[in-house]
Amino acid sequence: MSIFRYAAPASFYPLAGRLIPWFAAIAAASILIGLYWGFFQTPDQLGGTNPQKEYYRIIFVHVPAAWMSMWLYLVLAAWSAVGLVFNTRLSFMMARAAAPTGAIFTFLALWTGAFWGRPSWGTYWDWDPRLTSELILFFLYIGYIALHSAIDDARRADRASALLAIVGLVMLPVIFWSINCPDPNQCAALHQRSDLSQMESNIFRAMMLMTFGFWMYSFAAVFMRVRGIILSREAESAWVRALVEAKA
Amino acid sequence: MKARQKRLLFVALGVVGVGVAASLALSALRSNISYFFSPSQVMANEAPAEAVFRLGGLVVDDSIARQEDGLTVHFAVTDNAETVRVSYTGILPDLFGEGQGVVTKGRLGGDGVFYAEEVLAKHDESYLPPEVASSLKEAHVQGVVDAVTQK
Repeated sequence: MSIFRYAAPASFYPLAGRLIPWFAAIAAASILIGLYWGFFQTPDQLGGTNPQKEYYRIIFVHVPAAWMSMWLYLVLAAWSAVGLVFNTRLSFMMARAAAPTGAIFTFLALWTGAFWGRPSWGTYWDWDPRLTSELILFFLYIGYIALHSAIDDARRADRASALLAIVGLVMLPVIFWSINCPDPNQCAALHQRSDLSQMESNIFRAMMLMTFGFWMYSFAAVFMRVRGIILSREAESAWVRALVEAKA
Repeated sequence: MKARQKRLLFVALGVVGVGVAASLALSALRSNISYFFSPSQVMANEAPAEAVFRLGGLVVDDSIARQEDGLTVHFAVTDNAETVRVSYTGILPDLFGEGQGVVTKGRLGGDGVFYAEEVLAKHDESYLPPEVASSLKEAHVQGVVDAVTQK
């Protein structure tokens, strides 16, 4: 009972408002420390006989952004499924609020990857399995947002785009296993399977801090957006009117 | 159009969109594989003679020779069974080097040399500084040598 009270938009709205500053502050702190650690406490070069130079530090943004792009899609699809099954309003609002942040992280992963790929691989873009599947994930986010805004009736928009989100889940395992090449020298794929145990400890720390920071940022951004959605959708309800009158 | 039909239409559109996306992904993956050939396949004449394809493998040690024009580079690519000579004019990526994995795109000339239009380098899969990565690799090679000599 206690926690499900917050499934009602009227009680979640103030809770999200109280939590946003905390998530924002933790996000800012971890991203600042993570960037400092990544830029100044890690080795200058990476790899064996032909090391990557300083530009490898793009991974401290690239890898966390790519992880968050997949995680937020999972969040989006999970809220969509909960909404479809239990017909709860707030679930659909959370799904809709998560989509733009996920799209931004997907774009950030593709964009930083292009700038890393140019000096190291020799190309901004290649139809590498992982690049291709991540691009499709970006189109899925854009398609979800577009489908949702194309339908005027909010509840119908929720259901149609929720279905798209759930069907699009098929891309997550494709992205995850797109590097599954038995022998890297027998495949055209440029991405390779990497091993967390083959990671220098400071690089690992910086990457985890950045991931945590991006995650906390996602909470803050999604809560801010969901508050806006709640207000616009519940504009006719008594509690929003009371809120507006209290502010005025 | 009834509300129910509209819902059906939107669901159908969504499913068709995802289907197209998935088939594009699969065909991209497949074309990546089908236009990719190893030096052994090229030497066995399995690669197309007139079409652009991708040749991948490791750059042979001491095979990189820069030509007099300063831009053309000759090197050899191997899969540890067969070796194909490659000629490329242009700027090489930062990670290109002897013993490194490469993917080259181009055509096979009548002289048996692969004329590349594009050379892509693969990165090291480890997240370690050079000293550690090299010593690990040496240890791995040493371990393999030990295992072989014990047999």
